[in-house]
Amino acid sequence: MLRYTVRRLGQLVLVVLVLSLLIFAWLHSLPGGPVSALLGERATPESTRALTIQLGLDQPIFVQYWKFLLRALSGDFGVSLGVQPGASVVDVFLTRFPATIELSVCAIILAIVFGIPLGYLAARRRGGWFDNLSIGASLIGVAVPVFFLAFLLKYIFAVKLGILPSLGRQDAIDATRVTGFFVLDGLLTQEWDASLNALKHLILPSIALATIPFAVIFRITRAAVLDVQDEDYVRTAESKGLTTRVIRARHVLRNAMLPVVTTIGLQTGALLAGAVLTEGVFNFPGVGDALATGFRQHDYPMLEMLVLVAAIVYVLVNLLVDLSYALIDPRVRAK
Amino acid sequence: MTITSRKARIDKLAENGDAGVSLVASAWRRLRRSPVFLVGAAIIVAFVLIALLSPLLAPHDPSATLLLDQVSKAQNKIPDPQPGYPLGGDDQGRDFLSRLLIGSQQTLMVGVLATLFGLAGGLVLGTLAGALSGWVDTVVMRIVDVMLSIPSILLAVSIAALFVHPNQYTVIVAVAIVQIPVFARLLRGSMLAQRASDHVLAARALGVKPGAIVFRHMLPNSLSPVIVQATIVLATSIIDAAALSFLGLGNPDDSVPEWGSMLGRSQGLLDSHPELSFWPACCIIVVALGFTLCGESLRDALDPKNRR
Repeated sequence: MLRYTVRRLGQLVLVVLVLSLLIFAWLHSLPGGPVSALLGERATPESTRALTIQLGLDQPIFVQYWKFLLRALSGDFGVSLGVQPGASVVDVFLTRFPATIELSVCAIILAIVFGIPLGYLAARRRGGWFDNLSIGASLIGVAVPVFFLAFLLKYIFAVKLGILPSLGRQDAIDATRVTGFFVLDGLLTQEWDASLNALKHLILPSIALATIPFAVIFRITRAAVLDVQDEDYVRTAESKGLTTRVIRARHVLRNAMLPVVTTIGLQTGALLAGAVLTEGVFNFPGVGDALATGFRQHDYPMLEMLVLVAAIVYVLVNLLVDLSYALIDPRVRAK
Repeated sequence: MTITSRKARIDKLAENGDAGVSLVASAWRRLRRSPVFLVGAAIIVAFVLIALLSPLLAPHDPSATLLLDQVSKAQNKIPDPQPGYPLGGDDQGRDFLSRLLIGSQQTLMVGVLATLFGLAGGLVLGTLAGALSGWVDTVVMRIVDVMLSIPSILLAVSIAALFVHPNQYTVIVAVAIVQIPVFARLLRGSMLAQRASDHVLAARALGVKPGAIVFRHMLPNSLSPVIVQATIVLATSIIDAAALSFLGLGNPDDSVPEWGSMLGRSQGLLDSHPELSFWPACCIIVVALGFTLCGESLRDALDPKNRR
């Protein structure tokens, strides 16, 4: 287990290195290269030359990459140009990251809490109306563009009905900041109102974000339970006279959970991508919104860091999934 | 039992066929009876027909600003439905119904081309990895892993940002590249399974050339998960293209309509004119659903476990 973990971490380092190379190459192949990306329409030959020298772009490409790596390792990603002009990219990231984490946690909890039980129920009533209805719903859920769903939710529940807030993380109320996680802050400082208010702001965005993971988790759970319940060991357990409850909990569900855990992991990693499409709709100041704005306004220093972080988070989550796999399934551990 | 009667019995058995049914034939037999497939196929046929016939069906030129005099940016007004214009106009005074109808053409093109590009790339990489193994496999799979380590929308957006002059083809390329690693991975997996199978071993023992083994024995038998994925990618690529134009990285020229960019562009007007988003969204959802339904029923039908 330890050796496996170490080997996977080694692979992770390699992937991150390749990624950094890719992102470096990407920055350099953006239309006009980094200089015109930075200067935009204000570019004059003099300012272009000055910035080229200032950024060290006149040096050999390997030297540039090495400097880029050193800079990235020391946590210096430059200054934001469009998202929050003038602010350090790392600071912008640090204030926005808790927001996205909060949103993602809410979304994945929603997806799991509804996806697994419904998937299990659908499998038990295979072919019944509940099964067909929920499969149909999950197929439609995947077919709806996420950003349109977000707009629809905002339009119905916030604009028309006015029962939920439509924008931001919290209303302008007096709230003490401790961790940057607004819901948690409210609980820590016992400002229940602030906590509840932040939670209300999370409802609509997290529903929008949760639809696709929900649909996928639901379908995988259903398929896995169907696969498992015809296995020989389930029949053996039945013939041994175990109670239905024990068979379901210990034999069917536990074995069916393997693919589900993988799926949950993959979907959690992909939530950031979904956040790019939903956060902007709700003016939710998270990393996804920063990415979307960054692309619109060509804020390349911001994008450079965010894409790298997004990829690292994604790879890390996948690593955690594989490790948890080994914990659940003794067969994987043995290899 | 005499020899002749035994012979006769064998002949009779052969005639009455417990003759083997090919996977494709049995899959087709099951597909024809599957309501899910029929609904999906009906949607796709209707979609393709509309795309082909839309020049005849559309009442007006989709890029002509016929109702421009009824548009007011200041008062946030767009033309209402009126005689000759059943769905009214869009924010530039163009006939909305005509744009929806003609839009099916570009949408179909985005879906089909993106899927074909992705499929072609995936086939090359997957075949290389699955057939050659060794260091080729390692290199290809590492590339694939790195591509998969960036969430798909983010990768598509990053690729789209590289183009100086975005147009509908850059959108297609960006959406397609994201699909390559998925196809490559699927194909490699099922090629590896084929490589270990008995019929490949038999072919090798008979002295069939390696190239023929790969292209006539392994590849055709490995294609079914790839085909299923391609059907589903037809749906996701249309949705991804819509997401790109929502993020402002789509085709900046909207004189030729496409549902994805119609949807992506109209989001800013959603509060005042929800119908501008609603119709293209409905079209996309229905078409995506059609492809997904077909893909799902195809997956079930091609699954040897379900074979009777």
